[in-house]
Amino acid sequence: MLDFSILTTNMDSFLEGLKITIIASLIALLGSFILGTLLAVMRISPFKPLNWLGTAYVEFIRNIPVLVIVFFAYLAGNFGGMTAGTIGLTIYTAAFIAEAIRAGIMSVPKGQMEAARSTGLTYGQAMRIVILPQAIKIVIPPLGNQFINLVKNSSLLAVVAGGDLMYQGDLISAKTYVTFDTYVFVALFYLILTIPLSLGVGYLEKRLARSN
Amino acid sequence: MDFLAPFIEVYTPEHFKFLLEGFGVTLKVAAISIVLSFIIGGLIGTLRYARIPVVSPLLAVIVETIRNLPLLLIIFFTYFALPEIGIEMEITTAAIAALTVFESAMLSEIIRSGLNSIHKGQIEAGRASGLNYNQTLRYIILPQALRRMVPPIVSQFISLLKDTSLAVVIALPDLLHNGQIIYAQKGSYVIPVFIIVALMYFIVNYALSLVARRLELKQS
Repeated sequence: MLDFSILTTNMDSFLEGLKITIIASLIALLGSFILGTLLAVMRISPFKPLNWLGTAYVEFIRNIPVLVIVFFAYLAGNFGGMTAGTIGLTIYTAAFIAEAIRAGIMSVPKGQMEAARSTGLTYGQAMRIVILPQAIKIVIPPLGNQFINLVKNSSLLAVVAGGDLMYQGDLISAKTYVTFDTYVFVALFYLILTIPLSLGVGYLEKRLARSN
Repeated sequence: MDFLAPFIEVYTPEHFKFLLEGFGVTLKVAAISIVLSFIIGGLIGTLRYARIPVVSPLLAVIVETIRNLPLLLIIFFTYFALPEIGIEMEITTAAIAALTVFESAMLSEIIRSGLNSIHKGQIEAGRASGLNYNQTLRYIILPQALRRMVPPIVSQFISLLKDTSLAVVIALPDLLHNGQIIYAQKGSYVIPVFIIVALMYFIVNYALSLVARRLELKQS
């Protein structure tokens, strides 16, 4: 049987960790959405140097471990664990979000851009008013999946003393010498965050599949 | 020139050899884990596809639970918590076990959706021609589905290679771990070591991703 006194006596630490996990995930999501959108636009831009730079970023970052990036942000920058961890997560996730957004934009038929341009819109306006609103519908489920990955990856903050849920779990297990039960409670806290997100993404995928 | 000095200092044949040894461990652990998780994930995916009462829903709950947990937690759990209930493993075994549990769940989803992508009429046709369910699965559905599964499985192998680095938390002597040992000697080594470690991961994973992309193109 699980020792629930571990949970009740350390509730403050668990909740503090949960809070940091949520905050770090949300900040990294926002940051990687902005950076990812920028990279996606770079990758579809006809201007070659921009295109090349965006491609290099995405291909490089996607093919190295997120932990390498988190460690690098922590050791090379002069940041605390939480900040370094969040920066590392942002750098990594941006590459995946860029790919999701690019795939979404590419899936909008080319004729849409031509039609928008021929009505007198500039490239930027056509992108903003005609292409992006259509692409967003396709992009939402993969973005949701990236957010779930982000919440799970935020556990890497623990490795650089970021104060997140995983980190608090380690502290509690070191303090109480009860590792098994502590980690089960940590797992439950993660599931409270990720299962509703997974169900939400699954629901959106089904709904969007039906509407097409 | 001061900036370049640590690069010249740290890029010695001994250090390269040490990093390559670590990369050998990364590749070995990843390869064993992918084989094991392909077998276990294949079994789970097929059982879920077959919609067996009780078994399939139970597997669904297990797979979804594992997929929604951080791999780092599973690694910590395997190495630090399981000994409390009498299951003790040495580092490499624990790393392989944790990775296999996580990646089996991921692969079972790839295999299940690969099987689901084969038109239902194929089963009916197989059954109508006198094959039983297992024969239909083995001779008709699986061979077609396997071809479609190859690209996502290669992508999953890339994830696994990257994920192996998380086992540094239990001191698996892999590429990242050996990198840590080198840059721990001197503060100025951090950047040059990370560059070379990142490049090693990148070269192998990028090559694999090109293979995955080529396989995908071949099919479409």
